[in-house]
Amino acid sequence: MTASGDITVAGKPLIELVSVTREFKTPGGAIKAVDRVSLALGQSEAMCLVGESGCGKTTTGRLLAGLLRPTSGQLLFEGKDVWTTKGDELARFRRSVQLVHQDPYASLNPIRTVYQTLSAPLFRHGKARGRRAAIGAATELLQRVGLTPPADFLVKYPHQLSGGQRQRVSIARALSVDPRVIVADEAVSMVDVSIRISLLNLLLALRDEFRVTIVLITHDLAVARYFALRGRIGVMYLGRVVELGTSELVVGDPAHPYSAALVAAIPEADPTLTRSKERVELRSAEVPSLLRLPSGCTFHPRCPLFEEGLCDVQVPELLPIPDGRQVACHVAARERAPAAELLGVR
Amino acid sequence: MPTKRASAAPQQLEADQVLSVRGLSIAYSTRRGPVQAVRDVSFDLRRGETLAIIGESGSGKTTLAVSLIRLSPRTAKITKGHILYRKEDETIDVASLGDSDLREFRWSECAMVFQAALNSFNPVISIWEQFLDTARAHGMMDAKHVRSRAGELLGLVNLDPERVLRAFPHELSGGMKQRVLIALSLLLKPSIIILDEPTTALDILTQRAIIDLLRRLREQLGFSMIFISHDLSLAAELADRVLTMYAGTVVERASVKDLFYRPRHPYSMGLLRAVPRVSGALGNVVSIAGSPPDLINLPGGCTYSPRCPFVIDECKLREPDLLAVDTPNHDARCIRWKHVAELVGKEEAVVAEKLGAAT
Repeated sequence: MTASGDITVAGKPLIELVSVTREFKTPGGAIKAVDRVSLALGQSEAMCLVGESGCGKTTTGRLLAGLLRPTSGQLLFEGKDVWTTKGDELARFRRSVQLVHQDPYASLNPIRTVYQTLSAPLFRHGKARGRRAAIGAATELLQRVGLTPPADFLVKYPHQLSGGQRQRVSIARALSVDPRVIVADEAVSMVDVSIRISLLNLLLALRDEFRVTIVLITHDLAVARYFALRGRIGVMYLGRVVELGTSELVVGDPAHPYSAALVAAIPEADPTLTRSKERVELRSAEVPSLLRLPSGCTFHPRCPLFEEGLCDVQVPELLPIPDGRQVACHVAARERAPAAELLGVR
Repeated sequence: MPTKRASAAPQQLEADQVLSVRGLSIAYSTRRGPVQAVRDVSFDLRRGETLAIIGESGSGKTTLAVSLIRLSPRTAKITKGHILYRKEDETIDVASLGDSDLREFRWSECAMVFQAALNSFNPVISIWEQFLDTARAHGMMDAKHVRSRAGELLGLVNLDPERVLRAFPHELSGGMKQRVLIALSLLLKPSIIILDEPTTALDILTQRAIIDLLRRLREQLGFSMIFISHDLSLAAELADRVLTMYAGTVVERASVKDLFYRPRHPYSMGLLRAVPRVSGALGNVVSIAGSPPDLINLPGGCTYSPRCPFVIDECKLREPDLLAVDTPNHDARCIRWKHVAELVGKEEAVVAEKLGAAT
């Protein structure tokens, strides 16, 4: 846990997944959407979970938010096992951890005005009594998320707002209950490119101002790099975290061959750079089914660093390497070098 | 319906031009009144060239693309302009083609790969039947010939024909479906392929595979390509030329390098500054303030003026023309382009990096 030492408060995580596995039953059999994932987040930390579809990042987000019960393992909030708490304590956890969804067109009730959307949780959690107090609190929330003048927005319905404005309302709603943790699942992917950065900046400002911990789940490594500039990135593949470390290391010099392949594959908004990027050739383009996971390291059938008798036999654990990050790769750990270097794409 | 326009005497296209859109305007009729979705758009496409149309939601890029093969919904009308296409030695105006000519034009001259790859298939028939249906609709009746052409095309897009032709759409991954659609679009050897957001909703590694595939196919088969995307990096990867669209009109036309390194329209500049990169310096990444205008109620003068940091009173008087700027074959719909040029300069580096220190 040294990597997070400077970020967690007094070494004590605020919220933590401890070796959490979550299975789902499917017609083809049980699948492990998340497999023994451990993540610890400190107060006002910004972390990104990245990975391709089906890697378990959304399930991990829902496990963190307490919306899914782990099949095994624990969710700890302030050191207490959330799934054994009840009553007031559970209610406090529910308030403390808020989720912002991907689709601002679906997550706001179309027949409620912004005021109604924001005041409902205020009343429910006793944050406001009476209409005047609720208007005051909602006005303040809208100011916080940059929807000004607030009076113009209070009376609007979702269809009268742009995608970015709706997402700001969703964030304001999450803030209404003074959360300690916000899990934002692809919160900027459906928003126009020109305003994505301002939404990320809003989330980062909330982190600085209110010391909220923010977990951003995204498939976009450039967004992850920007958001987690002073935080960490976790890369997920087939239900496991394969690399976890500072944004600078994970994106700048990836240690896991899968992270290296992702970074090398990303097109960039720079014609000369993007056309001359070194590629990482994978041994197979096919993503294995969660129903029939490969033996050993699940990335081994595609991995350019694959070693027979090692990678297809032993499951690599997520272990610290000298530069302070954690990586689940036998070869990178043994060579004490990031995959980007071993593959010559540094 | 649009026969009147045919009399407007379209000019002949030069031998290496395959498509020329001239002064095209398209309006949707809605209950709130007509929406000017596309206004006075002009561009040329050369043989073998790849053109990227970039812009955000509501910029009119999809309306424009769909209208090129006249597949717009009934509520959309071409109100002005020509879509000139050079077929062998003659020039035809797609905007005035009758139904049967139009059917022939689609697929055999110009094919389109739609955005929602997942929804472009009939879910209850196999991939083989999709190929056969498309072929038959265009007069290729010999199943054996279709079979061999389908096999050849699926091989070209790196799919195993035996397996894929027997499969149903739901049995294929997103990336495989996109490959099948690309193969299908090539069935009648069109000279232009239009792709709407070809990599959106695909995973990173799949995206990369599709980009590399398109690049290879273009080299092997020599078709021209128009793709529409909100993803600037896709344009940086594949395009020879780029059009930036805003509020239904083209605000900048440039070579890919000019657009990315020497943008002259404040909106192109703003878009480029708003996109963080994965490699290299992050630079000063900033969003564009405000939001795109209501197309029914367009602001007077330059439609970008309410969001533009370079705005002066004159900008609000009338919408500027596309003006030639300081690099050849490059124009911008902005009377203040010299100020953008002063800020951005000419060096070959991305805008966010050059403007690192500026605010």
